Amino acid sequence: MTDPILDVRGISKSFGALKASNDVSLDLRDGEIHALIGPNGAGKSTLIQQIAGGLRPDTGTIWFDGVNITAESTVARARRGLGRTFQISSLAMEFTVLQNVMLGALGRRGGAFRFLSPVMKDRALLETAHAALAQVGLEDFASATTAELSHGQRRQLEVAVALTLSPRVFLMDEPMAGLGTEGSHRLMDFLGTLRHRAPILLVEHDMDAVFYLADRISVLVYGQIIATGTADEIRANREVRTAYLGEEEDA
Amino acid sequence: MRRETLLNAAVLLGLLAVPLWAWASDEPFIITLATKVVILAIAGIGLNLALGLGGLVSLGHAIFFGVGGYAMGILASHAQSYTPLMEWPLLIEGTKSMPVIWLLAVIGGACAALVIGALSLRTTGVYFIMITLAFGQMFYYFAISWPAYGGEDGLAIYVRNGFPGLNTLDPIQYFALCFGVMCVVLLFVARLAGSAFGLALSGARQNSERVQAVGLVPYRLYLVAFTLSGAITGLSGALYADLNRFVSPTMFSWQTSGEIIIFVILGGVGRLFGPVIGAALFIVLEHLLGGLSEFWHIYLGALLLIVVLFARGGLIGLLAGKEVAHD
Repeated sequence: MTDPILDVRGISKSFGALKASNDVSLDLRDGEIHALIGPNGAGKSTLIQQIAGGLRPDTGTIWFDGVNITAESTVARARRGLGRTFQISSLAMEFTVLQNVMLGALGRRGGAFRFLSPVMKDRALLETAHAALAQVGLEDFASATTAELSHGQRRQLEVAVALTLSPRVFLMDEPMAGLGTEGSHRLMDFLGTLRHRAPILLVEHDMDAVFYLADRISVLVYGQIIATGTADEIRANREVRTAYLGEEEDA
Repeated sequence: MRRETLLNAAVLLGLLAVPLWAWASDEPFIITLATKVVILAIAGIGLNLALGLGGLVSLGHAIFFGVGGYAMGILASHAQSYTPLMEWPLLIEGTKSMPVIWLLAVIGGACAALVIGALSLRTTGVYFIMITLAFGQMFYYFAISWPAYGGEDGLAIYVRNGFPGLNTLDPIQYFALCFGVMCVVLLFVARLAGSAFGLALSGARQNSERVQAVGLVPYRLYLVAFTLSGAITGLSGALYADLNRFVSPTMFSWQTSGEIIIFVILGGVGRLFGPVIGAALFIVLEHLLGGLSEFWHIYLGALLLIVVLFARGGLIGLLAGKEVAHD
């Protein structure tokens, strides 16, 4: 088996008495979708933030492609190829849809300190940007203002911006949230093919999507990973059923 | 054509027409007022780069205005008294040449903004406002307590500095020169707003988290924007000092910073011509209302309240509608 490209080793993070992450280890290998599930308040967002660089773990290390990135900033990690989508869409709302993907393409290529040539006529960037929009099905909305997009379209745009970064790893925080059946099926199919370009660490609430897409699933409960395995293994796992899936059925 | 483009063209034409009319009907005072509008507009354009594009509310732009002013004052005062600035290790003399003074004003403004920005941009929001204000006060009191260049009384320069090929003492020629400078600055800022840097900076203003996630450092973007902003405001300071042939610590005062912000807000934050319209309105009000009462700032305050409460896009927003995102 190849070395994992993203390797989280025993990280812990506490806020006062609350252990948001408790000795969490998980890894991501080439070509796979690794889903992270867990009930609300299990610490998924805290974990994602530590991987993306917004929070520093108290203990433990995070390795990216064999390099210890635990102390690196968000920007440095993004430059290494960590392509993140946000749980709550985090876009430049006054920009057009195209400008948002152009920003991603610019971040990827570099050269943000060019002051005089019009960026919206930059062929190379436009190509990357339009290609990304086409892949998520937003090409008809290129000149719409981002604030006017529906919730679902913003999710798609989030993914498109991550695509422009051509990352080595995708870190997706609930990309399907609020998408509606048709939209989420489209995105599911798309993510299914995307994994061959770069592996995806997927945090998702939509259980159908997770069980359909994920090669491996990790279950996070109270800051601890209680099980990691294939969809079938997770379904059959007694601890998971009582801690998580069972609760879902009751709810 | 878009409404805002038409409006901008009308403003430029109006700003040309008024002094030309005044020149034809021999009203040099009106020409001086128009020149003042143009120069203060440049200061506002500088601030608008930081405030409008980068979202940096600086209450210290009087620093760069004053640095530009004193660059002119110091160089010209040495030239008029025939004393060198320094003799050792190398001889540096004063100058009465505008291009040289402008260059130094731009460099001075940029350097001051780079240092102050590097420190202040570690903070955000209200702390940023307070730190820029504090730096402004430091410069103000330093200028007051520096006797070599007039201290509290300021510095008078008896003859306006020269520009090759022009008689700068002729009001209409000096106006034309300042108008030309403003057009160049406007062109530069317009190009900047549409450039890769403009995209990244505007993105950072709207969503700093997003910009970091694509691998860009907001702090660097802000710092460069702040530095360019300081350079432009520095240039306007040199022009302003030359208009009055006088420099004083008032240029550094926080009221000056406030006025520059008022130009931007009145005209329209983030709009290319916002500071131009704002400065024009300010000077017209100062002139008309100032004639009625020396407490004309009451009316200015009321107007500012109305703009902030009911017309967030300033006068441009009112006339040309909301800014449309365009590619």
